[in-house]
Amino acid sequence: MTSPDRIEKSIVLRAPRARVWRALTDAQEFGTWFRVKLDGPFSEGATVRGRITHPGYEHLTMEMQVERIEPERLFSYRWHPYAISPAVDYSAEPTTLVEFRLDDVPGGTRLTVVESGFERLPSGRRAEAFRMNEGGWAEQMGNIERHVAAG
Amino acid sequence: MSPRASLAKAGLADAAPVFAALGDQTRLRLVTRLCTEGPLSIVSLTTGAPVTRQAVTKHLHALAAAGLVRSKPRGPRGQRIWQLEPRRLLEARRYLDRISQEWDGALARLKSFVEE
Repeated sequence: MTSPDRIEKSIVLRAPRARVWRALTDAQEFGTWFRVKLDGPFSEGATVRGRITHPGYEHLTMEMQVERIEPERLFSYRWHPYAISPAVDYSAEPTTLVEFRLDDVPGGTRLTVVESGFERLPSGRRAEAFRMNEGGWAEQMGNIERHVAAG
Repeated sequence: MSPRASLAKAGLADAAPVFAALGDQTRLRLVTRLCTEGPLSIVSLTTGAPVTRQAVTKHLHALAAAGLVRSKPRGPRGQRIWQLEPRRLLEARRYLDRISQEWDGALARLKSFVEE
């Protein structure tokens, strides 16, 4: 379910919690599935940079500011919500917060990813938190699409 | 799946003002009404709203600054009529949809990686 200021994804992985944790927080393992070659290990407060290895996008880099590492429970970092061009200074651009949370479920591990902060302004000022009724955004978008189709 | 890298063009800086403008109950209500009822005057938009006409005007200008609404002087007595500009909303949603797709791709790769 995507609302305007956050993206939330949940997936059940048929692997032990410790295995999933390592895939998330070992920078080299993270880079394998995320397709980025990172320059250092993750630790709270660290800034880790890397080069994208996704075919066709190798000229781009990304930067992660690690926030929290709570073993086998929570891993979070801030970043610019897209890979960045080395030629552009993004330091004044807003960052989003990415949180990975782990839970045990029968037969594996549930991973929930939340990326939030899309409402932040380039000035860095946090806009008022988005509040709306459940389902409101989807309904709203349906309305708008009908509006556009009719217009 | 389009790589996350391709989002650089879509630009959060473009979408952020839209999310910020919608991050307010009054403004969201105004957008919803313009969306469902079509173009409306300030008087109509204030009817039933728990805020003053001055506040509604201020919020409409904030929405206009984010490119979400625009006004035209075309009422019977020349009063301004406000209408939705859906393009910016759809752009903002497309931006989030693309990031959402990037996550789907990354999580599918993670799944293969830890389940092998």
